[in-house]
Amino acid sequence: MLTKILYIDTSKYKYWVEDRKDLFEEWLGGTGVAVQLMKENMDPKIDAFDEESTIVFAVGPLNSAYPLASKTVAMFKSPLTGNLGESHAGGRTSTSIANAGYGAIVIKGKSKKPIYIVIDNDKVYFRDARVIWGIEDSLIVARIIAENERGRGIRSIMRIGGAGEKLVRYACVTTETYRHFGRLGLGAVLGSKNIKAIVVIGRGCRKIKDRKSYKEIYDEIFKLATKSDAMKKYHLLGTAVNVKPLNEKKGLPVMNLKSTSFEYAENLSGESLAEIIGRRIACAHCPVACIHIAVLRLPYENEPYFYKTLMLSYDYEPIYSLGTMLGMKTREDFLKVLYKVEAYALDAMTTGVCLAWATEATEKGLISEKETIVKLEFGNSDAYAEAVKYIVHQPNEFYRILAQGVEKASEVYGGKEFALAFGGNEMPGYHTGYAAHIGYLIGLRHSHLDNAGYSVDQKIDSYPKPEELVQKLMKEEQWRQILSSLVVCFFARGIYKPEIVCKALKPIGIEIEENELNKLGEKIYFEKLRLKKAMGFDAKKLRIPERIFETETPHGKLEKEYINQALEYFAKVVENC
Amino acid sequence: MKNKRLIIKDIEKCVGCGICMYACSKRKGEAGIDSSGILAVSLSGFERGATVIFCRACLDAPCAQVCPTGAMRVREGGGVIYNENDCIGCGNCIDACTIHAIFRRRDGKPAVCIHCGYCAKYCPHGVLAYEEVEPEEFRKVIV
Repeated sequence: MLTKILYIDTSKYKYWVEDRKDLFEEWLGGTGVAVQLMKENMDPKIDAFDEESTIVFAVGPLNSAYPLASKTVAMFKSPLTGNLGESHAGGRTSTSIANAGYGAIVIKGKSKKPIYIVIDNDKVYFRDARVIWGIEDSLIVARIIAENERGRGIRSIMRIGGAGEKLVRYACVTTETYRHFGRLGLGAVLGSKNIKAIVVIGRGCRKIKDRKSYKEIYDEIFKLATKSDAMKKYHLLGTAVNVKPLNEKKGLPVMNLKSTSFEYAENLSGESLAEIIGRRIACAHCPVACIHIAVLRLPYENEPYFYKTLMLSYDYEPIYSLGTMLGMKTREDFLKVLYKVEAYALDAMTTGVCLAWATEATEKGLISEKETIVKLEFGNSDAYAEAVKYIVHQPNEFYRILAQGVEKASEVYGGKEFALAFGGNEMPGYHTGYAAHIGYLIGLRHSHLDNAGYSVDQKIDSYPKPEELVQKLMKEEQWRQILSSLVVCFFARGIYKPEIVCKALKPIGIEIEENELNKLGEKIYFEKLRLKKAMGFDAKKLRIPERIFETETPHGKLEKEYINQALEYFAKVVENC
Repeated sequence: MKNKRLIIKDIEKCVGCGICMYACSKRKGEAGIDSSGILAVSLSGFERGATVIFCRACLDAPCAQVCPTGAMRVREGGGVIYNENDCIGCGNCIDACTIHAIFRRRDGKPAVCIHCGYCAKYCPHGVLAYEEVEPEEFRKVIV
C-alpha cells in the first residue's frame, strides 16, 4: 500500500515524510485521505491565499497498478467560492506520485520568492523560479522546466500560467500540456504561494505477492477497456459527441443560456472538430487516449505562405463554455479563444461563463466598453481573445472584479438573474432538467461530475418527488467518493463497478466487501460535507439564477418550487450531519 | 538468421499511454515501472506527440562491452542477456547506450529490454509487435 505522505513547507524550505498507514487503511486514498489531511493541516476558516492555506495532492491504491486509474485528487481552499476546493487531473500526475512512493503530498506555507518544486523520488529540491516568473504561457514554462530537469517519461510537470500568478480566482494548474486541475482556482492558490510549478519524478513500484490473481484482474480490466463498449464514447468522438444530441434535445446552453439550441452547433460538434484532429494522446496507463487534439492553422498577419500551427485539446466542456455560450459560429473561432485560455492557464468553464455574463450585461446596458475595453458581442472571437488577456492583466476595476468570478461581478454590476454560478462555481454545460441544476447546487464541488445529474435528466421521463431526486443524486455522489479515493478516472466508472473494485484491491493487499465499500463512500461523503460546513457552507444560502427557469430544457421549462423543495430537503441533511 | 524481437510497427501511432512500461514491470510481479525496460515519452511536450524508447538489440552492443562483471552479455542475434546477480550497479551500461534505452531502477541496477515481447500484447494502438525478423531488418525502424 502507498501510505507515505510527503510534507513540504515552502515557508521554511523543508520537507519530511510520514508513514500514515492509519489514514490509508481507514480512508483508502484520494478524496478520502485528502479530506482528513485538510482537517489535520488547515484551519477551515482561513483565507485561500493565507500563508497557512494548505494544498493536498492524493492518489489511491489503484494508481499505477491498473489501467484507467490515472487521476490525482487536489484538495484546497477555493479562492473562487471561499469554500472547499477539489479538482482532479490526469496526465502523468498520479503515476508519478505513486511511483515515487507517495500516497499524498501536502504543501504548506508561502515562499518568499518565486520557486518551483522538484520532487525526485525520495528527495525534494526548491528551485529558483525568479527568471521564469512572469512567463504567462504555461506551455513555455513547462518546456523550460523540462529542459532543466531529469525524468523524461516518468515525470509530471504541474504548472501555472499568467492567470495563477495574477491570482485570477479561477486560474487552473496545467499538467502534461493537455490536462488540468481545472476548477475552483488551484492555480491561484499556487500563485499566492509563489510556486510556479511542481515537478514529480517517480520511478518505483509495489511488489505484488499474488501475481497470478493480479494478472487475471488486470487483464480483465484491460480487456473491458479495449474490447468492450465501456469506453467507446471516449475512444471515438470523445465527450464532444454530446454537442449535437444536446442541441437537438434543447439542453445545450447557448449565449449565456438565453437559448438551448444553436444554429451553428453543427460547426462546433464533435463530428466537425474530428475533421481537424491532429493527434490523440493518452494519460499515463490508459489505453483509451481520450485526449483529442485539434490543429488550428493560423496565417501570419503580415506575411503570405507562413503559418503557425497550434495543437489544442478540446472536450465538450470548453466547447460549451467558450463555444456555444459565447455564440461562436465556427470551430476556428472557438479554438482561437481556447488557445488564449490554455496559454494563460485559466479554467475554461468559468472563463466562458464570465464572458457570457459580461456580454449579456453589455447588451442590457449594465456595463459598456468603458468597463470591458473591447466591445463584447456574441460570436466575436477576436474581442473575447482580448478580454481573456484583460482578465489576466486586470487593467481596470471591472476586470479586477471579473477575475473573481461571475458571482462577485454580478454583485457589483447587477445582472444576478443571468449570472450562472451555483454555490459560487460557474455552470457546467448541461441545461438538461432538474437533476442537472439540483446536482450543481448540492454537489460538494458544485460540479456536474459530483453526481451526474445531467445523465439522470437524459434517462428519465418523469421526475420523482424532489427529496427522492436529492437522495438519488447523493447516492451517486457517495459512490463517486470511492472512485475518487482509488483514484480512477470517472470516465471509467462503467468498468470500475463495486465487484471489479473489490477484486482489483485484493492482490494489492486490501480486502474489502462490496457493502463495506458502499458504506465507506457514504462515510467519506459526510466527512467532506462536514469539512465544507466547517469552511462556512450554508445550504440555505444557495442562490438559484433566475435564468434557468426562463429557458427551455428537454423537459420543458423548470418550476422554481421543485428546486426549492429539493434544497429545503438538502439543507436538513446538511444541518443534521 | 531470423530471431524473435520486439519491433516498432508504426511509431507515429504512439499516444504515449505507457501501457508497455506497466506491462513490463507487471511481468516481474510489480505494480509500477521500476523494472521496466521500455519508456514512453513525449516529444518535448505532448503537442508534438509521443514515442517509446527501448533496446535496439545491437549486434555489437556497447553496453555489454563496458560491463566490468559480465552481468550484461551480448545475445546471439542482437541485444543483451542481463544477469542481475552479477551486476554491481556501476551504471556503465546506462551511460554507454547512445539512445538512453537502459534505465536505472530504484536500487541503482539497470532495467533493460530483453525482447520477450510481453509488452507488445498490451500495446493498444499497434505501435509495438513481437516478430521473427532478420537482425538488420528490424533495426531500420521504418518498416
